[in-house]
Amino acid sequence: MLRVAGVSVHYGSVVAVDRVDLTVADGEIGAVLGPSGSGKTSLLRAVAGLEPVASGTVTWDATDVTAVPPHRRDFGLMFQDHALFDHRDVLGNVTFGLRMRGDRTEARADRAREMLDLVGLTGYEHRRIDELSGGEQQRVALARALAPRPRLLMLDEPLAAVDRERRTDLASELHRIIRATGTATLLVTHDLDEAFTLADSVVILDHGRVERAGSARAVWRTPGSVRAARFLGVATELTLPIAAGVITTPWGPLPAPDDIGSTAWIGFRPADLRYRAEADAAGAATDEVTGTVRATWFRGDHSVSHIDTAVGALVAVGRDQPPIGTSVAVRADLEAAVILDSERYAEPGL
Amino acid sequence: MIAGLRRNVGGRLGAAVLVLLPLTFLGLFFVWPVGAIMARGLFAHGSLDLGPIDDAFRDPALRHVAWFTAWQATLSTIATLAIALPATAVLSRFRFAGRALVIAGLTMPFVLPTVVVATAFRGLGVDGSLAAILLAHAFFNVAVVVRVVGAAWVGLDPRAEDAARTLGAGPVRTFTAVTLPALRPAIAAAASIVFLFCFTSFGVILILGGPRFATLETEIYRATAQLLDLRTAAALSVIQLLAVGVALLVASAAAGRSRRVSRTVATGRQISALREWAVLGAALAPAAVLVGWPLLALVRRSFAHGGSGYSNLTTTPGGASSSGLHALGTSVEIALVAATLATGLGLALAIAITRPRGRRRGGRRVVARLTESLAVLPLGVSAVTVGFGFLVVFDTPPFDLRTSWWIIPIAHALVALPFVVRATVPPLRSVDPHQREAAALLGAGPARVWREIDARIAARAATVAAGFAFAISLGEFGATLFIVRPETTTAPVAIFRFLARPGATNIDQAMALATLLACVTGIVALAGERVMPGRRSI
Repeated sequence: MLRVAGVSVHYGSVVAVDRVDLTVADGEIGAVLGPSGSGKTSLLRAVAGLEPVASGTVTWDATDVTAVPPHRRDFGLMFQDHALFDHRDVLGNVTFGLRMRGDRTEARADRAREMLDLVGLTGYEHRRIDELSGGEQQRVALARALAPRPRLLMLDEPLAAVDRERRTDLASELHRIIRATGTATLLVTHDLDEAFTLADSVVILDHGRVERAGSARAVWRTPGSVRAARFLGVATELTLPIAAGVITTPWGPLPAPDDIGSTAWIGFRPADLRYRAEADAAGAATDEVTGTVRATWFRGDHSVSHIDTAVGALVAVGRDQPPIGTSVAVRADLEAAVILDSERYAEPGL
Repeated sequence: MIAGLRRNVGGRLGAAVLVLLPLTFLGLFFVWPVGAIMARGLFAHGSLDLGPIDDAFRDPALRHVAWFTAWQATLSTIATLAIALPATAVLSRFRFAGRALVIAGLTMPFVLPTVVVATAFRGLGVDGSLAAILLAHAFFNVAVVVRVVGAAWVGLDPRAEDAARTLGAGPVRTFTAVTLPALRPAIAAAASIVFLFCFTSFGVILILGGPRFATLETEIYRATAQLLDLRTAAALSVIQLLAVGVALLVASAAAGRSRRVSRTVATGRQISALREWAVLGAALAPAAVLVGWPLLALVRRSFAHGGSGYSNLTTTPGGASSSGLHALGTSVEIALVAATLATGLGLALAIAITRPRGRRRGGRRVVARLTESLAVLPLGVSAVTVGFGFLVVFDTPPFDLRTSWWIIPIAHALVALPFVVRATVPPLRSVDPHQREAAALLGAGPARVWREIDARIAARAATVAAGFAFAISLGEFGATLFIVRPETTTAPVAIFRFLARPGATNIDQAMALATLLACVTGIVALAGERVMPGRRSI
């Protein structure tokens, strides 16, 4: 099990990573999610031993590896740009780690073939690196990292260099391969889909600090802070009163969590608010809020609209694009609401 | 932990040796002799004495020499640009069959020995004129313009010109408003390098200038070797150093402003129309004639009188210590040693300069910068000054090297060292740090990472540099002339001596030996180039 405790990385006076804690259990996929510049790549490099830590420890099981140089950590890393050795063919790349640890030639070839089969590149042994497509290079990089059976696999934005159309396929393929080897995996990404498709647990990093950590489901449902909520796609923010443990929303009552004071901050992702065209307020059902369309975007399979209502501005999805200025009715999925204590997150800029 | 600690100490020690060995070499064989010359020119009896320099400035003859040195360098630079820029333009803009061959043909002269080129121009019978000096200088330096400006031109983003065209600029306007300003830093950098080379040109002036034309460089030689006036020679060396320093500052300022050249762009249009071929021919013709005509004349002239020039090379003429062929052998021997020395030391420096910095500490980067500047410093000091410095300094034990065979290869290595550093630093710097990190994470220790990732690039760069250093040593003339001894006569010195003697037999031998030397140099330089695919970036 990987345990990162209080790790900081400094570049001169700049604190890139600030006392970060995280764990990745055996066979688990952990994701570090954050916007660019949040320090996630520095954190990954510190775990790999490529960046010296200013404080804190990196331990594997019970052993402190903070001072162990990268080549003896037995951690594999798949670089964002793949960093394949272009002077070697596919086989030379995949067997590199096996050669470093002194495996025999036949054993190396066997293991490499096994890895190439796993990533779906059977028969690619003698292809040159510059002949491969981006997706193929990514799979060679994965095979190279996995071949020496590292105790931890690290992925830096694994799908960033891949075409949009191939991303979904590759994400599920990556998931299958990692699961097949059962390797503990640490993934860093700025992409929500990438993190939540692949990871069991997620750490949200911002300005080098952990904003929120937990299981993927828990982090998605309860981001823990307004910043994290916005980063996780919340676009509608309402401040609503609490009475007797119940939040009064325009869509009906919502039980308040125990640790919340007198007012609640409620957030919705666009997909959790749906609108339909409705000529006037009289036509709206009791669990609907009416408002006026201020702006609207066509997104292919759905549309997104900004709607001004009595309770505040909403960002909601619908099937059609209503003309600007017309009236619509909005229904909410209260189950999906993100609830925070509004006193604690009073400042709007937070 | 202890093993790791020991390894760390070992690594630091290795790194220190990498830097200290070449720096000691530079200190002993460059800073000391050149410093001694400066001290001689600036100090007398332990105090600052500008008397000799003042005298040199007052002497109308020397004033004339200084004036001519600057003036001919300016004219040579203008002539070079006038001939080379049209050729560079079409080579950068067009793709056509034989383009690589033309580039090789135009850039190869740069490594030819100055004595060979001067001899070739003498073969044309134009010696003793200003035109001969200017053309010979242009002959060498076309290569500088084609390489420096060509690399920038090929690397220009064509979309800037496309943008200008869509904004309403015509072809001429686009060239003057977009292309030319973008190229200006590269042209300025090339021009200042050419100026520098012409300012410190020695062999060409000595052989083609005749009694009428003298520059600071030839005057230093005359004052030392013929008048035995070391104080004047030292004073002239100081003046020369100052002038070169100014030129180098201008050059580095110009180069500093030049933009990074992207390599991936492949601009250039395939030539098809007859009109385009005509433009191409017209643009290339002056440069092709300039480079091709003297060389052809040299080869033709070398076979005059039934090729007796070649057959006589095996005999030792009266008054000479060895045959021409023997001198060629000596040159090759010396070049082997000098190239090995220069490549070894230069590569060590290049590795030290480009060593990956695990911790981003500013201090070490500054040290690397300083080391790099020191390593290329001999580029700016004329070979004559170096040779003169050797003569002054290495005459007392334990550094009495005057009679040592090693003094010439050492001087040659010193002259070649900056070129080796310049040729090896960029490729080593181009190694993707992620590849090193990937290798480390796959279990390779620091030494293994170097062997797996850096070594092949270092080996390739070193081969190119070694070929270049070999060619430089083969052609080195200015420094050699000061320190040469009868038994170590090199080919360029032998050619110079043949030319100085009267009679057609001697001229024939000079032509024959110059042709042979040109062949050996050309073959070595081309062989070095071949190892590095894609190096011919223009």
